[in-house]
Amino acid sequence: MAQSSQATGGLASIPALLQRNATLYAEKSAYREKEFGIWQTWTWAETEKEIEALALGLINLGVNEGDFVAIIGRNRPYFYFAMVAAQSVGAVPVPVYNDSAAEEMEYILGHCGARFAIVEDQEQVDKIIEIQEHLHQFEHMIYIDPRGMRKYDHHALHEYSHVQNQGRAAYDEFITDLKERREKLTYDSTCVMLYTSGTTGRPKGVVLSNRNVIESAKNASEFDNLTSEEEILSYLPMAWVGDFIFSVGQAYWCGFCVNCPESADTMMTDLREIGPTYFFAPPRVFETQLTNVMIRMEDAGNFKRKTFHKYMEHAKKVGGDILDGKPVSGADRLKYAIGNALVYGPLKDTLGLGRVRVGYTAGEAIGPEIFEFYRSLGINLKQLYGQTEATVFITVQPDGEVRADTVGVPAPDVEIKIDDSGEIFYRSPGVFVEYYNNPDSTASTKDAEGWVATGDAGFFEEKSGHLRIIDRAKDVGKMADGSMFAPKFVENKLKFYPDILEAVLFGNGKDKCVAFINIDLTAVGNWAERNNVAYASYQELAGHPKVLDTIQEHVETVNKSVAEDPMLSGCQIHRFLVLHKELDADDGEMTRTRKVRRVVVADKFKDLVDGLYDGSTSVDTTTEVTYEDGRKGSISATLELRDAAVVSTAAKVAAE
Amino acid sequence: MSTQESYVTEDGRTIGPTVMEMKNITLRFGGVKAITDISFDIREGEIRAIIGPNGAGKSSMLNVISGFYVPQEGEVWYKGKKRPPMKPYQVAEQGIARTFQNIALFEGMTVLDNVMTGRIRQMNAGLFSQAIWKGKAEQEEIENREFVEKIIDFLEIQHIRKTPVGRLPYGLKKRVELARALAAEPSILLLDEPMAGMNVEEKEDMSRFILDMNDEFGTTIALIEHDMGVVMDLSDRVVVMDYGKKIGDGTPDEVRSNQAVIDAYLGVSHD
Repeated sequence: MAQSSQATGGLASIPALLQRNATLYAEKSAYREKEFGIWQTWTWAETEKEIEALALGLINLGVNEGDFVAIIGRNRPYFYFAMVAAQSVGAVPVPVYNDSAAEEMEYILGHCGARFAIVEDQEQVDKIIEIQEHLHQFEHMIYIDPRGMRKYDHHALHEYSHVQNQGRAAYDEFITDLKERREKLTYDSTCVMLYTSGTTGRPKGVVLSNRNVIESAKNASEFDNLTSEEEILSYLPMAWVGDFIFSVGQAYWCGFCVNCPESADTMMTDLREIGPTYFFAPPRVFETQLTNVMIRMEDAGNFKRKTFHKYMEHAKKVGGDILDGKPVSGADRLKYAIGNALVYGPLKDTLGLGRVRVGYTAGEAIGPEIFEFYRSLGINLKQLYGQTEATVFITVQPDGEVRADTVGVPAPDVEIKIDDSGEIFYRSPGVFVEYYNNPDSTASTKDAEGWVATGDAGFFEEKSGHLRIIDRAKDVGKMADGSMFAPKFVENKLKFYPDILEAVLFGNGKDKCVAFINIDLTAVGNWAERNNVAYASYQELAGHPKVLDTIQEHVETVNKSVAEDPMLSGCQIHRFLVLHKELDADDGEMTRTRKVRRVVVADKFKDLVDGLYDGSTSVDTTTEVTYEDGRKGSISATLELRDAAVVSTAAKVAAE
Repeated sequence: MSTQESYVTEDGRTIGPTVMEMKNITLRFGGVKAITDISFDIREGEIRAIIGPNGAGKSSMLNVISGFYVPQEGEVWYKGKKRPPMKPYQVAEQGIARTFQNIALFEGMTVLDNVMTGRIRQMNAGLFSQAIWKGKAEQEEIENREFVEKIIDFLEIQHIRKTPVGRLPYGLKKRVELARALAAEPSILLLDEPMAGMNVEEKEDMSRFILDMNDEFGTTIALIEHDMGVVMDLSDRVVVMDYGKKIGDGTPDEVRSNQAVIDAYLGVSHD
């Protein structure tokens, strides 16, 4: 693992890449943000100037080499500038989820000992002020949006543009210092520190070096032939490793353009306006888009609806094959071309995916139907498997070898081995340096030879050589009768129904499995509207008998499909309930990247789990909820617990 | 005309001298007296609330300020001059903008177009220039659009910029109406029950926008509101009306401890 920066032409850091891009791609667009209704653009040359001014301003404020600078905000060019400005002065940027509650921020800022924070607006400033007295090292805060900030004490509070102005004014004084600091950066210098959300325990600070980031970005860019002409939309949290790699690593390596939406609510419109060529989204985004399309087609006129379904049928048959370059008859190709003119093309444009050359989904399993839908339209959607600790890439699907149920072959320069228990290990130039201030965790994750444990169980398919993931290794357990318990397997099957948002399966060490289910308010709400079902709240809709009936049907269908798998037939759902609230990261039930924290859920809703096992038909429960501003409240509900038919395997008799 | 010294509030805003003064206003509809002999003033930069039970004459008062009703008795002084009876559009030209209790937007037009209508006073290009959209008309439109976009950004309605107003929920329509009023760059902004029919969250949002507007643009705001909690938190001074008469005037604290006000709200019988 001793790649030197020689391979990248001496470009050993992100600031070094910036200098290259400012010359090589000077007049090309680097960052765009829609503001005041217009796409405001910064070229690479302008980006370099912006970053330089901010970096000088940071030196002026007293940022030292090795300091940690927290970056808290939604995707905006200013924050991307801030990260590279921090790197330029030898500091380490630490992006933090901007929707974190104050206590979560307190932990992260305290853990890394951040002296500076660059934040978006009054909301974030207020959060930091709230926790500031517990943060001993904390000194200065820089904010971007001055709205509502006039009345604050500005001793240790600075407006972003003022910091830049001061930097410009002090150009002569600090430029030599800045250049020296920039040149000191090597392939081994820390590039960024990202806190993993962690399904258990406290977040851990993953230290990634320039080597990790640049090598990973380079390899992945070459794998997909990315060029400086790509356009991406960056809308996923900045604190997530993926966004850092796409919007900074690969953007700087390739010199392509990063577009930031106007606000979270306008993401879909902005996506359509930009038409990215390289697109990344978690399965949830694709699911939502598909649900919306289907709902709107239901409302469309007869002719349009029939045309849509007719051609979608055809696309399902041949679309994927055409995309993969497999042989397809001339007649089918012609029909697909007509469909493209009438349906697929306009639909892709509406979705904003008309120009996508390479699209990725990762983070969770995607429903095969959803995956096939996008591929059949001719969108080159692929899956990858990655981790923060690997600087994203572990396995990727090459063009032409894409399937819904695997995650592809090892990414370039990645070695993979699977141990006896089925756990996946990898080694690559992207392997993280360490968990910050946590040698124990580092040692238990990464061994002396550089192999990293993923915590996931999986296997390589004999024929294709593709990796398949079964589940989180620690979630895989045994039922009382010794058969395998793999909750993700069943939950994913449930989640592929549009009206089920989330599912949690219990049953480790028990004789049968039970499940919690969250309905999807958009899909079920729409169904309710169509069927004249009146409801006043999420809770009421979730408890509606008709909704429960539908969910029961889904559960029973899933049971049938689970029963077909000889290894996992014990995981059929015997009883289930529909939760009265959505599982939420603010309540700690999910991570910020929306992965369920099983232990927390099992503990918090213990009464409900017990109810499912002791056979009661209804349970009264009260749950504490946390609002976005940190206040707490509680909701209480009476939940109906239902039995689901299971398919008998061998001697077992179907329950009830 | 009384002029007072400017002062700075606890939260650091500067309240200037009187900008508008109502002197002994009486408004009758036939034999019904809607407003009886009311006097009060509005100072530059303040948030002035008019409150009172149903039918107290609050909206009538607002309509007098906006020039929609001409009072039979009394005088309206604006910026140191007595205001002659005027048409509402003339009042608007003087820099007074308003929102309505029952939203009055162009339902079929987009949010952006609705807000742009608020800029009508700032457009001077002739009909011909407008028709061919060259020269002055084009330049004006660009300037006005820039201004409107700042307001759209300020009120956080970017995501509905191109949505026809008729398709929006109530709370957002209220916000669009506010945007339109704000687009006129008013020196006094009249808000007729800005929180009516809103849920707690929408009320909080609206309160924040009102405070920010006052703070950022220095807009003088006169508002009518039912929700006492909101009024007491937002306003610098409050006029209390009941049965067309003024029964209290002062800071929220003064008004809260005023016996006449307590009686009016608790419903003590009138003699």
